[in-house]
Amino acid sequence: MHLSHDIGIWIAALLTLGIYSFLYKDNPAYKLCEHLFVGVSAGYYVVLMYFSVVKPNLLDPLFTVYPALRITGFGQGDLVEQIHGTMLPLWVRGNLGTTIGNWLLVGGLLTTLIFFFFSKEHKGALGGAARIGVYFLMVSFGASYGYTVMARISLLIGRVMFLLHDWLGVLHL
Amino acid sequence: MIAFLANLRRLDRRWIFLMVGLLVVAPLLTGFHIAPVKPGSRAKGFYDAIEKLKPGSTVLLAGDYDPGTIAENYPMHLAAARQLMARNIKIIGVELYPGGPPLADQVLHLAGAEYKKREGYDYVNLGYKSGNEAVMSAMGSAGIPRTYPADRSGTPVGRIPVMKGIENFSQIAMIVSVSARYPGTKEWVQQVVSRYHVPMIAGVTAVSAPEYYPYLQAGQLQGLLGGMAGAAEYEVLVNHPALATRGMDAQSLAHIFIALMILLGNLAALPQRSPGARQS
Repeated sequence: MHLSHDIGIWIAALLTLGIYSFLYKDNPAYKLCEHLFVGVSAGYYVVLMYFSVVKPNLLDPLFTVYPALRITGFGQGDLVEQIHGTMLPLWVRGNLGTTIGNWLLVGGLLTTLIFFFFSKEHKGALGGAARIGVYFLMVSFGASYGYTVMARISLLIGRVMFLLHDWLGVLHL
Repeated sequence: MIAFLANLRRLDRRWIFLMVGLLVVAPLLTGFHIAPVKPGSRAKGFYDAIEKLKPGSTVLLAGDYDPGTIAENYPMHLAAARQLMARNIKIIGVELYPGGPPLADQVLHLAGAEYKKREGYDYVNLGYKSGNEAVMSAMGSAGIPRTYPADRSGTPVGRIPVMKGIENFSQIAMIVSVSARYPGTKEWVQQVVSRYHVPMIAGVTAVSAPEYYPYLQAGQLQGLLGGMAGAAEYEVLVNHPALATRGMDAQSLAHIFIALMILLGNLAALPQRSPGARQS
């Protein structure tokens, strides 16, 4: 064990523990850390923005082209390319896996789009296709949730590594 | 069994927090190992794309994240810098997150020291620029030196050797985007890849990864690292296991526990969803 002698590490470690103390219940230590975080973040970004944006540019002319850039970017990068990306052969000779994958992708896309088609009541064939679209959406939500869990656990691991390695010195990386 | 499930419904969630905490701390402290990290096709695509670059070419390394996502983005950023420097590829670092430049400096200096690369000659960090998509677009239209007239320390780009001959994206062999969310990978694809046809690979946070799979499938991205798992796979590929690889056992144990809790939680909720329970 090699405790850190860096005052900055100690402050960061105690603030980390203060924030995590909320998992037990709300308490004054958490409140203090929360308020410090909000205040310091706001102060840091105000100073940073002043020196990196306001001072050198005063009036950033780049912002005026924002809406046009977003629209053309979406059109070129998402709309055209993604439609192109779904134009796939539905029969790939000698490769059953790719054939099935392409059917799933095209079928999933069409049925999901049908689910979001609200101009006609979802009955009969349209209703059946919309129902299949829901299952594709559910799989997509499940994948997103799984990735979200992974992201949150990763953040916890990052903090634990900081506490064990940088602060307490009991973890050797 | 019914009594057990009823008790489960009343379980104080702090026990779950405690268990997750223990399952994360224990493997880190004990070195408990579940299984080796096996690189998947997406991480291999990321690795292979860099391997195919000619030594001496220049890449744009966009570190669009801040301390909030260090655990996921920093390991992949560092591993990418290591692979690029090992292949003698020149790096131009840019950041569109105000909190990003110190992290990019750390990555470039650490990898630079390991591979004996000189700042200014082999790599440069141009730093943060506000404007999001407008910055990306300006780098292509107005040119990189006009968009970034100086590097992070204030040295004019005309006096930086690694920037010699760099005008716009025509001289950039590849974009390596390490991104937390907005502005990041999606915007680089929309503004640069589709417009200037520059090859691109991306390392992103897990929570945003599903958003980028369509880009990978459509060929707009050559490779994709998703979260700490993607970073760990990539660390194995560059033969430099580090922070992400070390965290994967804790990650796996926590995932198993959470999956078990989801299963038990649904079982415990089943009696409440039965028609009889609804009527009562």
